Amino acid sequence: MSNGFKLEIVNPEKSFLSKNDVSEVVVPAFEGDMGILKDHISIISFLRPGLVKVLDQTANKETYYVEDGIIEFKNNCLSILTSNIFDIKKIDKNNVRDILAKAEKDGQNPNISDQAKYLIDHKIEVLKSLALN
Amino acid sequence: MPSLDDLKKRITSVKSTQKITKAMKMVAAAKLRKAQENAEKGRPYSEKMNNIILNLSSSITDKENAPKLLAGTGNEKVHLCIVLTADRGLCGGFNTNIVKKAKYFFEKIKIEGKILKIITVGSKGYDQLKRNYGNQIVEKISFKDSKVASYLDAEIVGKKIIQLFEKNEFDVCTIFYNQFKNVITQIPQEQQIIPLKSNEVKKNSAEDNYDFEPEEDEILSNLLPKNISTQIFKAMLENSASEQGSRMSAMDNATRNAGELVDKLTINYNRSRQAAITKELIEIISGAESL
Repeated sequence: MSNGFKLEIVNPEKSFLSKNDVSEVVVPAFEGDMGILKDHISIISFLRPGLVKVLDQTANKETYYVEDGIIEFKNNCLSILTSNIFDIKKIDKNNVRDILAKAEKDGQNPNISDQAKYLIDHKIEVLKSLALN
Repeated sequence: MPSLDDLKKRITSVKSTQKITKAMKMVAAAKLRKAQENAEKGRPYSEKMNNIILNLSSSITDKENAPKLLAGTGNEKVHLCIVLTADRGLCGGFNTNIVKKAKYFFEKIKIEGKILKIITVGSKGYDQLKRNYGNQIVEKISFKDSKVASYLDAEIVGKKIIQLFEKNEFDVCTIFYNQFKNVITQIPQEQQIIPLKSNEVKKNSAEDNYDFEPEEDEILSNLLPKNISTQIFKAMLENSASEQGSRMSAMDNATRNAGELVDKLTINYNRSRQAAITKELIEIISGAESL
């Protein structure tokens, strides 16, 4: 019996990624990063901007940047629904800077709610680390 | 009786029309394949989204305090209708069918004495509705520039709806679009998206016990606005596939009709030509006989 589970990442336009045998996925859940292993309890949560880390059986690591999304884990199948996702290996640095600049501008708007502010702060932090690497 | 020259001109004109319709059919067929693919690819997302929402809403026990997007405002006074149509014509009954369905619904609302507000997405719907319902149209949106339906476009519409909802501008929201069944059949649909109507009765079995992080209502209030955009995106995808399918069959018909017309005109042309020749022969013969 392998100790992997199924991972599906879907965005509105298409199925972004589907893997049958991953051993661990770390998702940036709204209340903090969450590592999911096989036989995790069924859970529904939503994401803040951050990095999704996927580890497969051979300890290969893939990292994706997400902006928002919902995750559902059930019967050893993890679904991530997100409207904005990039593979950080393929991401364009200039693109990151553009999104970062926009996020920083949004963050300065005094009229946004605390929740939006929280999300934007995280977004800026993650994007900054991406832009530096 | 039209002269030979007139007939010839008509034949060439019908033939060139046929060429155009044939080309349009080909283009529609190519686009249809793409649109159909997109519609199929987009399905998992909206299905999963629906599932999660069903799970969530079935686990909410306190219906009174449920988010308004799910439970409604308690009134049913003001209806907002989103009519999704194409930006282009020449696609058979595609636009008319949606508008017809929508108009039927509008009349029902009017009879019940409720207030009607309309948002049209796509310029053809606006053109058809502005005469009778011009005052009720609160917004017209058109995505003429984008070639394929994109989620960003859907999000724009979704955000507008939610903004209006938060300002208490309406109580019930319904969208109208064509569901793609196959190339010849598209079914106009009306779908209520606010408050969310789930037709499926979900039984709460033990397996469906989820852990929620954060609390259910917080997830729901985050998820429901997204669901609106997703539903609209789904409608847009279905619509674009339907549009191409409808255009393809309409253009196929047009090409066939043009072919029939050309045949008929050619027969007419040949007959009149023959008649003219016979007439000339008779003239020659009777001239020769009289000598």
